[in-house]
Amino acid sequence: MAHHRISVTVNGSVESVDVPSNMTLLTMLREKLGLTGTKNGCTAGECGACTVFLNDEPVNSCLVLAVECDGAEVRTVESLARKGKLDPVQQSVIDHNAVQCGFCTPGVLISARALLDRNPDPSEEEIRDALVGNLCRCTGYVRILDAVKDAAQVGAASETGGSR
Amino acid sequence: MDTVETTTPRPHQESAAPRPVGESVTRLDAHEKVTGEALFADDLQFGPNMLYARIKRSPHPHARILKIDASRALALPGVKTVVTGQSTPGFIGLYLKDRHIFCTDRARFVGDPVAGVAATTEEIAEKALDLIDVEYEVLPPVLDPEEGVRPDAELLHPELGSYEVANFIFPQPGTNIPNLFKIRKGDVDKALSEAAAVVHHSFRVPHVQHVPIEPHVAIAKVDERGRVTLWGSSQSPFAQRNLIASALGISQADLEVVAPYVGGGFGCKAGVSMEALAVAIAMQVRGRPVKLRLTREEEFYTTFVRQGLVAHFTMACDAEGNLTAMDNKFFWDGGAYAEYGVNMTRGAGYSSSGPYDVPNVRTDSYCVYTNHPVGGPMRGFGQPEMQCGLEQCINRLALEIGMDPMEFRRRNCVKEGSNLVTGMKMHATGIGECLEKAAEAIGWGHKDPPSAPHKRRGKGIAAMWKAPAMSPNAGSSAWIEMSEDGKCTLGLGGQEIGQGTFTVMAQMAAAALGIPYDWVRIASPVDTKYSPYEWQTVASRLTWSMGNAVVAATKDARRQILELVARSWEETPEDLDIVNGNVISAKSGRSSSLKGLVVYGLARPGDQGWIGGPILGRGSFMPTYVTGLDPETGQGERAVVHYTTGAQAIEIEVDLETGRVEVLRGASAFDMGKAINPDLVRVQMEGGLVQGISTALFESLQLQDGVVRNPSFVDYRIATSADAPRDMQSIIVEVPQDDGPFGARGVGEHSMVPTMPAIANAIHDALGIHPGAPPFTAEKVYLAMVDAGLVK
Ligand code: FES
Ligand code: FES
Repeated sequence: MAHHRISVTVNGSVESVDVPSNMTLLTMLREKLGLTGTKNGCTAGECGACTVFLNDEPVNSCLVLAVECDGAEVRTVESLARKGKLDPVQQSVIDHNAVQCGFCTPGVLISARALLDRNPDPSEEEIRDALVGNLCRCTGYVRILDAVKDAAQVGAASETGGSR
Repeated sequence: MDTVETTTPRPHQESAAPRPVGESVTRLDAHEKVTGEALFADDLQFGPNMLYARIKRSPHPHARILKIDASRALALPGVKTVVTGQSTPGFIGLYLKDRHIFCTDRARFVGDPVAGVAATTEEIAEKALDLIDVEYEVLPPVLDPEEGVRPDAELLHPELGSYEVANFIFPQPGTNIPNLFKIRKGDVDKALSEAAAVVHHSFRVPHVQHVPIEPHVAIAKVDERGRVTLWGSSQSPFAQRNLIASALGISQADLEVVAPYVGGGFGCKAGVSMEALAVAIAMQVRGRPVKLRLTREEEFYTTFVRQGLVAHFTMACDAEGNLTAMDNKFFWDGGAYAEYGVNMTRGAGYSSSGPYDVPNVRTDSYCVYTNHPVGGPMRGFGQPEMQCGLEQCINRLALEIGMDPMEFRRRNCVKEGSNLVTGMKMHATGIGECLEKAAEAIGWGHKDPPSAPHKRRGKGIAAMWKAPAMSPNAGSSAWIEMSEDGKCTLGLGGQEIGQGTFTVMAQMAAAALGIPYDWVRIASPVDTKYSPYEWQTVASRLTWSMGNAVVAATKDARRQILELVARSWEETPEDLDIVNGNVISAKSGRSSSLKGLVVYGLARPGDQGWIGGPILGRGSFMPTYVTGLDPETGQGERAVVHYTTGAQAIEIEVDLETGRVEVLRGASAFDMGKAINPDLVRVQMEGGLVQGISTALFESLQLQDGVVRNPSFVDYRIATSADAPRDMQSIIVEVPQDDGPFGARGVGEHSMVPTMPAIANAIHDALGIHPGAPPFTAEKVYLAMVDAGLVK
């Protein structure tokens, strides 16, 4: 298997990684960089547990090859909290008991953050749409919807709700 | 008592129990789960020495294994070992030991493990599977449980009579029946002949999958002396230790199971499913960790399934609407091996009246071996499947005699002192209140107009009950130790699988000791070498059973602290209390923080030495009162520890153009004795309701000639964010459990038990059509409407 050395910015730091050509971004994050917050639920683009930001767009990292990320910017769940302060959507998920087993949560948080970044005041339908690719078997979703809605309000109120 | 609650969290109001019991405190594990720090089994790092395992599986539902040739696989560079049934001759199984870790002479379902490979990468291991040559003699399969009980059926386990079995399971040697559970109560034939109304219906409930978002994963390492460490996503670390050690012929003390957070279980990570495979492979490559991680496809077709059920019900009532008789036959599709199926068969039997007082009951509940995936426990443990048909029949019977189905249920539901189906006396229960409150919450008896002319609205209700189905003597234990500043670490062996058990255990410990909730840490991950024994994280039993152990351990520590301080102050422990982390005396008014004294003890006056020492509390709990049941009649003094009861009421709308059923609102009301953390109880009810809706409307594992035809998220649809009803009400009813901690009993599984029949009954209310067996897909409902002439 051919290997490639790529340079990728992950959570703000530039990493030089040696990756086989068939390695996914998900595997690179988890196994090469030890960033295990991003989860693997299906390796097939069907569950959303592996959602990360790739150049500010949410993607299923199990469907992206690591070599495609040469020169790209990747952000994972580990980047959401800054200096010990949670992102409003993380705090809101806690406040609404919108996390149970927590396996879907990293992907849900990235999809929610991506939605709020492009649409700071989403309707319930827009939240449902944005999360339709993030399967959750535990919560029944309504708490997650409420958490995202409230995070939007918090973000609007403080004007600091963005991802950076 | 709490009343109707909406889905918005809010602080619990009044509570007789000491704080923080009864308060909706923040989950202990929430912060690390939103930051990505929480570790799941696949997140643990083992370094470059680790090998990856893959499993060669039978492509046939039933076949004799004639020959396995692994020489080509072993020659592949990177392959370190190939393991077959020859290395695993011992038997394994929870209640009935009927399987080997790898198949020896026969494969009994598509996916049955035939060989395992360990290699330096997952790709090489996968490639090696194709190089293992297996010669099979294909045998006729059994693909239906009713066929499987016929005398001329192909025998899947000719050795059934020689298997080791628990004393409450009754295998029928010479048949495909690993358990037959019977109820004979009263005179059913007489009651049927005298009844005012009788209904008879049959249901075929399909297999479904648990679908945790985290797939199964296990990492095993065996040292040179043969001592084993197993890391895995597990609901049952202690049961795995026991079953795998005995299958391998090693001491339980030489097998350590480490179990971090579980990314969803719902039963499929209980007992032993794939973990023993990793251990058996690791045995051959000593010193190297071996990781086995199931693909999503394997998750669908090789792990425990919620088994299929064929159920026949006959039930009768008198003219006043009193239930007089039930005559039930259940055929459970247990799959290739008995595992949990034999106990679900039993659980369905001793709950076969539903939550009703019925004087005459006859039930035959058969577990049947088939060449299907292995039946395992899934949230509700057989009750959603069984009560799906039962609660539809109750509805029909009520309508048959012209009585409101809610009124009919309220009239017949079990009450304190009712003589249950096994002869056990019912304890105090809030089922009547649950029925009333659930019905009221959706405006029962009032029909709203549909949202569009091509839609029809309907309301349905279903009641439920469920007891923890477990070994009669399933035990729990706990310890608590203190750190220098008075904060404490709680040791326990039950698993955090999302239900919030770490949080409620910390609440109970804080309340019983007299310290703030945020002073409690959980000794996690659960590790059988360091954690106290816990039977399994199943059966909604932790809050009650492990909770009792935690309270006992905490009281033990509290007693030690109070005795120490009393001695030092020359007072009696009875005059002392611990409040908010301080020992206080009601008599002298003295007060002291716990700081220091819980580790270093207290100095005697005048520098004359010390008293006390590090505080360590211990406690255990095991029910001792569950009795056996007669194998012919199912009668006995106390079949179970208790029943949790409840009800759901659901309003739906059916689209006449598409057949699509939309759940508009759902109200759940359950009696959990005492809600230790009311909001965590409510989220259990919400999650269970949506999982129930998902199984009612979408889910079915499509088995064709023993092959799962839809092993992916695309073909096996589960509820998404688009499907959750906006209007969910979760109602807490609290009739205390006499032997529960603070009066609590379990409620984790119950909220998906009544959902399928409540929706079926609502569909009938909307359309006048009985939809029968789930899933009530748009296609199925549409075709039923065509048949009934509702649409052309
Ligand atoms: S793991 Fe990528 S979508 Fe499921
Ligand atoms: S919290 Fe368990 S899958 Fe979402």
